[in-house]
Amino acid sequence: MMLDVYYTLPIALSSFFGISAMVLGALLPRNRSNFVLPYSVGGLGIVFLWAALLWGRNGTAFNGMVLTGMFPSFFDMLFSAAGILVMLAARPYLQRMNWEFDEFYVLVQFAVSGMILMAHANHLLIVFIGIEVMSISFYVLAAYMRNQILSVESGFKYFLLGAFSTGFLLYGMALIYGATGSMEYTSIRAAVSYGSKMPMLLLAGTGLIIVGLCFKVAAFPFHVWAPDVYQGAPTVVSAFMSTGGKAAAFAAFIQLGSAIIPNGGPDGAKMTMLLACISAASMLVGNISACSQRNVKRMLAYSSVAQAGYMLMGIISGSGRGTSGLMFYLAAYMFTQIGAFVLASTLENEYGKNLEFADYGGLAKRHPLLAGVMALFMFTLVGLPPFAVFFGKYYLFTAAIEAGFTWLAIIGAIASVISAYFYLGLIVAMYFRPYEGADTPSVAQPGMSGVTLTIAVLGIILLGFLPNLVMRLTGSGM
Amino acid sequence: MLLATLITPLVGALALLLVSRDAKKALQISAFAVSLVAFAFGLATFISFDYTNPALQMITNQRWIPSLDAGFRVGVDGMSVLFFFLTTLTMPIAILLGSTTIKEQEKEFYSLMLLLEFGILGIFAATDTFLFYVFFELILIPMYFLIGVWGGAGRIHAALKFFIYTMFGSMIMLVGLIWLGLYAQETTGHFTTNIALLREIAPTIPFDTQKWIFAAFMLAFCIKVPLFPVHTWLPEVQSESPVVGTVVVGAVLFKIGIYGLIRFGLEFFPAASFEYAKVMCTLGAIAVVYGAMAAIVQTDIRRIASFALVSSLGTMVMGVFSMTAEGIQGAIIQTFNHGLSVTGLFLCLGMMTDRRGSTSLEDFGGAAKVMPVFAVFFAISLFSLVGLPGLNGFIGEYLLLLGTFRSPFLNSWAFAIVGATTGMFVAIYMLRLYQKTCLGEHSSPDAASLSDISAREIAMLLPVTILIVWIGIYPSTFMRVSEESTRALVGKLELAKFGKTSYAASVNKLRQAEAEQATARSEAHKAAGH
Repeated sequence: MMLDVYYTLPIALSSFFGISAMVLGALLPRNRSNFVLPYSVGGLGIVFLWAALLWGRNGTAFNGMVLTGMFPSFFDMLFSAAGILVMLAARPYLQRMNWEFDEFYVLVQFAVSGMILMAHANHLLIVFIGIEVMSISFYVLAAYMRNQILSVESGFKYFLLGAFSTGFLLYGMALIYGATGSMEYTSIRAAVSYGSKMPMLLLAGTGLIIVGLCFKVAAFPFHVWAPDVYQGAPTVVSAFMSTGGKAAAFAAFIQLGSAIIPNGGPDGAKMTMLLACISAASMLVGNISACSQRNVKRMLAYSSVAQAGYMLMGIISGSGRGTSGLMFYLAAYMFTQIGAFVLASTLENEYGKNLEFADYGGLAKRHPLLAGVMALFMFTLVGLPPFAVFFGKYYLFTAAIEAGFTWLAIIGAIASVISAYFYLGLIVAMYFRPYEGADTPSVAQPGMSGVTLTIAVLGIILLGFLPNLVMRLTGSGM
Repeated sequence: MLLATLITPLVGALALLLVSRDAKKALQISAFAVSLVAFAFGLATFISFDYTNPALQMITNQRWIPSLDAGFRVGVDGMSVLFFFLTTLTMPIAILLGSTTIKEQEKEFYSLMLLLEFGILGIFAATDTFLFYVFFELILIPMYFLIGVWGGAGRIHAALKFFIYTMFGSMIMLVGLIWLGLYAQETTGHFTTNIALLREIAPTIPFDTQKWIFAAFMLAFCIKVPLFPVHTWLPEVQSESPVVGTVVVGAVLFKIGIYGLIRFGLEFFPAASFEYAKVMCTLGAIAVVYGAMAAIVQTDIRRIASFALVSSLGTMVMGVFSMTAEGIQGAIIQTFNHGLSVTGLFLCLGMMTDRRGSTSLEDFGGAAKVMPVFAVFFAISLFSLVGLPGLNGFIGEYLLLLGTFRSPFLNSWAFAIVGATTGMFVAIYMLRLYQKTCLGEHSSPDAASLSDISAREIAMLLPVTILIVWIGIYPSTFMRVSEESTRALVGKLELAKFGKTSYAASVNKLRQAEAEQATARSEAHKAAGH
């Protein structure tokens, strides 16, 4: 029992730091954020280190309810890193908006602890609690700027649709419990792969869970919330939701998917084909819709729909190569997408302003460094080598082709070409066009978001040149 | 040597970022110096290359990503070393040209040019598909900025068109590359991106599948070449990019396509190459005629030159797919020649447009009277494109036609006949170009007062002109370098198709050299293990 606690300490630690930060924040009289921010960052740092320490001790804890070892440790590190990056960048942004309260940092920590729970889950209830903790934090974070109508709208939309999808998820879980008599992944996996033909109940449950998870990762056709939510939410929150939230949903998807989707057999093939269609449609719809966007946040939102499509390839392939490719991709995507959103937040001088493509005109002349970094993020998102996302794509395509989904890889390739159009569109604005407005918008000092951007850039380059560093962590670099 | 050549431009590109933006002179000089150093290393590579050996040489093999068996593997054989060398030769000239024509954001310009050089050199040196792909995509970034930042009025559209066109091809090729790696995994048990292994494995792919993978690769390289009907990006890019960009595209970039056709088309997929040689040659033949017809009716100098390129690339593709030693040698030397002539031509045109501020033929005329030195250099570049004996174009054209004519794979005269018309067409539009610019009366009073070219401009034109004459008179300085490798390749192809070959000696030499390399590798492996 003590050992169980030790192995799952990242879960406890992240909740502990979140709660204690809230209590301490309430007790401290003045300048609370000056204390709460470093405390929260330090707390997540400890979670990160602890997870690194636990890496490699594969197994389960608490009677098989909680997963430990390589897989959850990797995600613990990913989530706490995302949390730290976002909190650092949030400070200058919130101060500029005159809306810095320590609840923000506390909520980010709660979201992280929810995500960590999702990655550790080996039981339907655990994963559900994780999803709810994360999602509720996100609803509040999206509506955090409650004096801004856009933010409130974003939070409200996210909440309504999110609650709806949670219903699907919960209903699916109930059906699966009914069909297999268990909530533990291990038993469900055994039950699913024993029967050659899946009973109707199980099939319906699986379908509902897939719908719920596809909503969380923002895959077509359950992506409609993403553009409005990501555009309306505070930019740093969008950065967090579209990376950490997506990664957590995929962490749950990998484990849950391997339990409920039978490996082989006619039903398994049908379900994989269904996922492949979702993946193909997400890539195409996401990228094509992004082409017509003129708002940077909205463009990134649609592109994140397409990215979910690429990531689904890792699940579809159902192989170790697919899983480790997906994990690498999530890490690479985290750095890039957080970087892009945070950079947009640096340029956003008033809430929701200065975010159009046209506002980026001539940025290369005004702020060569910022423009260069943004261009790097865009080239990375296109998937150009030698930057991080390319390698992830290479790996995912390999996994998909290996699993016999060559057509999906070809659609992925074509979708990438389409995506070049709008990612480059931003570069066109920054480098090839002058600013056409009356007076050039002021750009705030990046402050601590500079740290986030630096880490993001280093991460992209390091992961691109030495992908083995992370591939090793995903269990496939040997 | 090879590594030093490869790394110099990259180091230079990064170092230039540290130089202050305002030190324009320092930027120019250091960029030029870096490219000269790269050229010196390239020359050393070229000289130290053992051309009696058809196998890969100067091999570096570093582990990189073990899970894919991808490595930092570079090396050159007789064919790639020529491509490699010419690139190092062209870039200093292009940079020098840039120093006279690029007036803003110099720092970025020189950095990007060196990055571009690094990428192109990497493509020719890589012997690993993963590394090759990295370089193949890497050059998109500098090219994109080169066109987009310093180009003409339609530059944004041209840059985007270039990027998306090329990326489309290369993404499809990526799927093909991955498929190849997985095929290796099926047959040998582990995924690999090592070209030395893949080219043994790839020919064994059953034809029904091979044709699709072949198609994926051909699409990528035909876009890069560019071959009819995917050539439409070229005229736009050529006329919208800055003159430097035009030179880079017209002198270096298209080589990547031809190189890829030989390396990946013929070497990897012989069965598909036999089957579709006629298709490729037909496309080449269409390109010859279509490009020439289009060149004749153009009025913008750069568009004339770019359609001329489309046309002559047609003959090169025919040469490659004739799969004869003459044809392939001809194609290789012709890429070399064409690069030189086009560099000369665009240098001249750049000087002309600088003085006149226009690229339309209507605005020129009578330059020979006021600029006699210029007219001589211009004439040499033009005539080398026309294929005048004694200049470089002739020997390439001759070999290409000979190869196409004698090819046992094509077995038809028709291609050679169509290919031969290129000589006639090129004479029409090139001589017309010369007439309109240099001969006749001045189109306007300004044209009468043009100054002749300066010493600096002569310094740019002179090396090009010397090489044009050199190759025309003594081509074997260059041709012998690629001869053994070409023969070995053709020998292998002929063995596969007919079971006999006249180049058996070269093939045996290649096999022997590769066997030696393999034993050396395994011994080194053992030594490392102990």
